[in-house]
Amino acid sequence: MRSDSEFDTLVLGGGVVGMSIGFGMARAGDSVCVLDGSDGAFRASRGNFGLVWVQNKGLGRPGYARWTMQSAKTWQALADELLSLTGVDVELQQPGGLAMSFDEKTLTAHAQKLDALGRELGIEYPYQVLDHDQLRKLTFAIGPDVVGAVYCPLDGHVSPLRTLRALVQGFQTLGGRLLSGVHVEKIDHHAGQFKVLAGGKTYTAGRVVLAAGLANKELATQVGLNAPVRPVRGQILVTERMQPFLFNPTHYVRQTGEGVVQIGDSKEEVGMDDGTTHGELARIAARATRTFPMLADANVVRTWGALRVMSPDGYPIYQQSTQCPGAFVVTCHSGITLAPVHAGPLVDWMRGGSEPTEIQGFKAERFNVQVH
Amino acid sequence: MFKFIDLPAAEQRKTIVIHVEGQAMRVGEGQTLATALLGAGVVPFRKTSVSGSPRAPLCLMGVCFDCLVEVDGSQNVQSCLVEVKNGMQVRLPTGARRIQNEETA
Repeated sequence: MRSDSEFDTLVLGGGVVGMSIGFGMARAGDSVCVLDGSDGAFRASRGNFGLVWVQNKGLGRPGYARWTMQSAKTWQALADELLSLTGVDVELQQPGGLAMSFDEKTLTAHAQKLDALGRELGIEYPYQVLDHDQLRKLTFAIGPDVVGAVYCPLDGHVSPLRTLRALVQGFQTLGGRLLSGVHVEKIDHHAGQFKVLAGGKTYTAGRVVLAAGLANKELATQVGLNAPVRPVRGQILVTERMQPFLFNPTHYVRQTGEGVVQIGDSKEEVGMDDGTTHGELARIAARATRTFPMLADANVVRTWGALRVMSPDGYPIYQQSTQCPGAFVVTCHSGITLAPVHAGPLVDWMRGGSEPTEIQGFKAERFNVQVH
Repeated sequence: MFKFIDLPAAEQRKTIVIHVEGQAMRVGEGQTLATALLGAGVVPFRKTSVSGSPRAPLCLMGVCFDCLVEVDGSQNVQSCLVEVKNGMQVRLPTGARRIQNEETA
């Protein structure tokens, strides 16, 4: 490390997206400093569901489907690397995921969507439609209202909190510097160098990566980029630890490595409010108990809300500034699923390699097109 | 470790019988299950499901969730919020919540 204020790369944001990039940069040999906000910030990485999810993603956007698949396929390598570097087991399981259905029509529509996705990708999309009896063999706890599920072998889940901790520890082991509780006030670009004023100090680097979630919206404008992201709230409930009964993650219920059942979710446009509401929690609990009736007896030990970082079309933004070369914006709402590709191919591109073809369509200009 | 304050004869309560892990115990009525178990020397109340650490009540007022036991088949009940009843069946948890598996039940 050259000094305590000069680095090759500054990453703004210490969530899963920022730490994946910081980890990848440090692994590639950069001196890296991650500037992270305070505990009062909206921290999507502390509140998310932990799915490594593939099925259904990217219809009409085959690049995104490929990017997601590539990430899921390399997750185990990242998990192994983090374990050997830090001793933290991120509890990655990729046994295939289940998209449950309460009616035949939804089930068929879901399968047809995967067929269409397969045609776009030029592959036979890996999935299987399971009827109630087949599904029962995978998980005996399903209720009578579940008509079946689409099983996709590529899906999995991971502990998001352990993942964040492992990325932080791994990053620091590789020589990276994490400064928490600092608010970024200003980014200046001059003569190929970025000067970032944060917490009363100035940090200098040739490269700056904006990975600050919802705060990217304001930060991007300072370096000639555009990140029109908005918050979409999700609420989650978790139960006490239960004996294992669910080995495959579903969209909205998963059982963690230590037996906790995590139950989601909601999609609410409520601005910068990460609170919980009885109405949504009741709706979420009702759907989960309809799927797994025995959850009705379980004690719920905690509920919370968190804010997704959502772009207008739901897809990520990966872009380098033309006005300030060396400034990059990264935003997505699948930071867990995409952690391996963020630490790998994305970092390779930012460090001067060629831009992965999968992400070339994810510039913010797409939002400027007049559609009506 | 715990003992009851000696009360004047007029204030002494009747005793009832509860069963803890199948063993009959005579306890005073009108108290919570948690104090009855503490008074009977049943410590720890349970072992945690991941590390197996012993647990006993801390707050006795419904906040700490460390006094969980199984009461008449209901698992992980806060014993500090339940009044003892004659014939109550109490079990002491040692793992995660058991689930009913119709195929193995």
